[in-house]
Amino acid sequence: MRGRRLRASLRGWGGVGAMAVVCALAAAFAMLLPLTQPHGDGSTGTGGPGLTHAAQVAADDPCTDPAIQNAPEKQTLSPSSADGTTIDKIKARQGDKRKLIVGVDQNSYRWGYRNPNGGKNADLEGFDIDLVHRIAEDILGDPNAVQFKAVPTNQRIPAIQKDRVDMVVRTMTINCDRLSDVAFSAPYFKTGQQVLAPKSSTITGYNDTLANKKICTAEGSTAYTKLDDDKKAGKLVSSADISTTVPNQLDCLVRLQLGEVDAVVTDGALAASQAAQDPTVQLKGEPFTTEYYGVAMKKDADDLVRRVNQILVDYRKDTTDGWQASYDKWLSATLDKDSTQSEPPPPEYLRTS
Amino acid sequence: MTQPTKSSAAPPGSGVPTMPVVPPQASGPVSDPPPGAAPARRTAFAEGVDQVRAAATTEPGRLRIIGALLALLVVAFGAVTAWQMTDRAAAADDVLNKSQPLSSAAADIYRSLADANTAASSGFLAGGQETAASRERYEQDIDNAAAGLVQAAANSDPDSAAAKTVTKLNRMLPEYKGLVERARTYNRQGFPVGGAYLRYANEKMQEDMLPEAENLYKSENQRLRADYADATPYPWAAIALGVLALAGLAWAQHRNYQRTNRVLNHGLVAATATATVVLLWLVVGHSVARAGLNESYNHGVRSLNVLHDARIASLKARGNENLTLVARGAETVTEKNAKGEEVTYDAYDFDFQKDMDTLGKGLAEAEKLADDSTGEKPVTAAVGNMKVWKERHAAARNDDENGNYEAALQRVIGSKDATGECFDSVDKNLDNALKHEKIEFEQAAGDGLDALTGLSVGAALFAVLGAAGAVLGIGRRLSEYR
Repeated sequence: MRGRRLRASLRGWGGVGAMAVVCALAAAFAMLLPLTQPHGDGSTGTGGPGLTHAAQVAADDPCTDPAIQNAPEKQTLSPSSADGTTIDKIKARQGDKRKLIVGVDQNSYRWGYRNPNGGKNADLEGFDIDLVHRIAEDILGDPNAVQFKAVPTNQRIPAIQKDRVDMVVRTMTINCDRLSDVAFSAPYFKTGQQVLAPKSSTITGYNDTLANKKICTAEGSTAYTKLDDDKKAGKLVSSADISTTVPNQLDCLVRLQLGEVDAVVTDGALAASQAAQDPTVQLKGEPFTTEYYGVAMKKDADDLVRRVNQILVDYRKDTTDGWQASYDKWLSATLDKDSTQSEPPPPEYLRTS
Repeated sequence: MTQPTKSSAAPPGSGVPTMPVVPPQASGPVSDPPPGAAPARRTAFAEGVDQVRAAATTEPGRLRIIGALLALLVVAFGAVTAWQMTDRAAAADDVLNKSQPLSSAAADIYRSLADANTAASSGFLAGGQETAASRERYEQDIDNAAAGLVQAAANSDPDSAAAKTVTKLNRMLPEYKGLVERARTYNRQGFPVGGAYLRYANEKMQEDMLPEAENLYKSENQRLRADYADATPYPWAAIALGVLALAGLAWAQHRNYQRTNRVLNHGLVAATATATVVLLWLVVGHSVARAGLNESYNHGVRSLNVLHDARIASLKARGNENLTLVARGAETVTEKNAKGEEVTYDAYDFDFQKDMDTLGKGLAEAEKLADDSTGEKPVTAAVGNMKVWKERHAAARNDDENGNYEAALQRVIGSKDATGECFDSVDKNLDNALKHEKIEFEQAAGDGLDALTGLSVGAALFAVLGAAGAVLGIGRRLSEYR
């Protein structure tokens, strides 16, 4: 009797309760709707802040000038062997400190690396290192008057800006973004981004076979910037995961061998160095960009830039102990016997100030 | 003494102290009403209260109650003593045989892991031609770490934080070792990717494994402190009950004397004697144990902790010293100096200086804590080694900053007059100091634990005897009323 009445009264409340629940759901839905909206069209959502950011830095951004953007390697000063304030300061260093301080890599096989079996002196060696010795010989009269500092990829620009190094010779691509932070010499090497993957992989190059694949790049590298831009622009398949970044391109080979990533994107010249260390991986497809390596220096070190450009001219001309000899020694085995594909174009010096 | 046994306690049987009080006589008058009318409404408790109330009106009844209470008090005293001292003895035993060894084992795991990593990075600095000594050292460290983990796993409670940490470390150790092996293989082939593997291994060690090992060390130390906290407090409940039992016995004897003019009641005297023995044993035994344990903490554990910390600091310093050369200035930190100017330092050298400061402070503290010359000598020697280390390190940094990388390398991992020698000496001296302090700890804690031997069993035994004495003593008086 009592139980039945209770059930009846509950039934009465049940109706009210159900209405309350429906109202609450409707309200919650209405409130969540505006939140989900911006996620729906993420492309325009992220495009907004990017545009304003671009507008802010437009004033001193060399990339806004199409001429610079298309050929950043031409934005350098004409060669000269005259000393200036920067070179004088380097020459004024006394005793043991009379050395050129250069930021290099110690992990790029055949470019700048320490041969583990190179003996006790632990000298760095490679194509970049040869060029450094040449510059030191020209400026200080001693090819060994160099203090090498290893610099991670994303520390190259800060190292120059904070005077930790005089210059960086470290497979550094000349591009317009970097031109606003540092000054570059004329190009000394030509390369392009390329995909590296295991031979057994289904990846065939920089294309849709990268769908759902994890791609490794070095932090602060042009490779990462390119992938990021392409992904935003829809040129790279959107399911490709480019979130893995490492301090050095060689760390990508470690991740690739451990199966943590499926492919590596880096400069072809460096990718070839990686492939040379592991016969089970190979370059996939052709280079999909054209890039030039340059020596990076402080933005106002005009005399040093001109001097390095003069050294580069001489270095290219030197047939016995110059560019070609160094290429043959270090790179012909990993790249191509014929160096024509890697040779920089005849330099142009379009920068005036 | 033999008289009372025959007359009173024997008939009711069994000799259980509480039993003889209630049975035949008392049940007579009071149990008459129940069989009559309403048996359902009366509870056993109410009946008992009525019975006691009725008994309290006659002298034999009172005597029975007093006897029961005295016996109960003495037994309770014995039981609480046995219980509290079992707990303390178990905790003290844990301190000596479980938690301290585990805390040391955890410190050893940390040390072995860090040392293995340092050996691996030294091997990298030496290039492909790794020396047999550095390889052996690395292998030994890995073996030690693995053995330490097995021990820690066996001694940790399942589902505890320590057990989880041990599981994690057990999983990561082979991963780490795999990375180092790959690094070695590539180094031998002359490929720089070996160095990349070593960096990856180092990252795993520094960012995942060492923090876990530190957690393990911390949680084992916490357990050690908890065991000390369980072993050392005075057993106040037992002491209070002992005093209460003695007071009760004294009052009963005084009452006896007032009523009968008899000075001694053998049973009660025996009960008093046993209770006094238990109380004295309890207080003296625990005080001695406490003193031993406190000494083992102040002169053993504190020294051990300080020395372990110093050893870890020296290891970290050595690791960072190596990494300074491995990284070649790749990492920097900017800090404000005393004048407020921003100065850029090499990140690893900056950490090295911090570790050396920690080491210096630790050694100074250890010197202060060392209470004899045998304990002080190795610490003083380590301080000397550290000073030389700092000098040689400064020279190596000077070389490196002037671009003489080779010279700097020789000053750090070279075979003669290198900082490696100093680090090894510091490590060896600290090891000797640790061994000495461990012996001191074991002696003091062992003495403390010995003082508790047999206390709980003895207390229980004496309490039963005392209770029997009290019951017999009261029974002697009771028999006079038959």
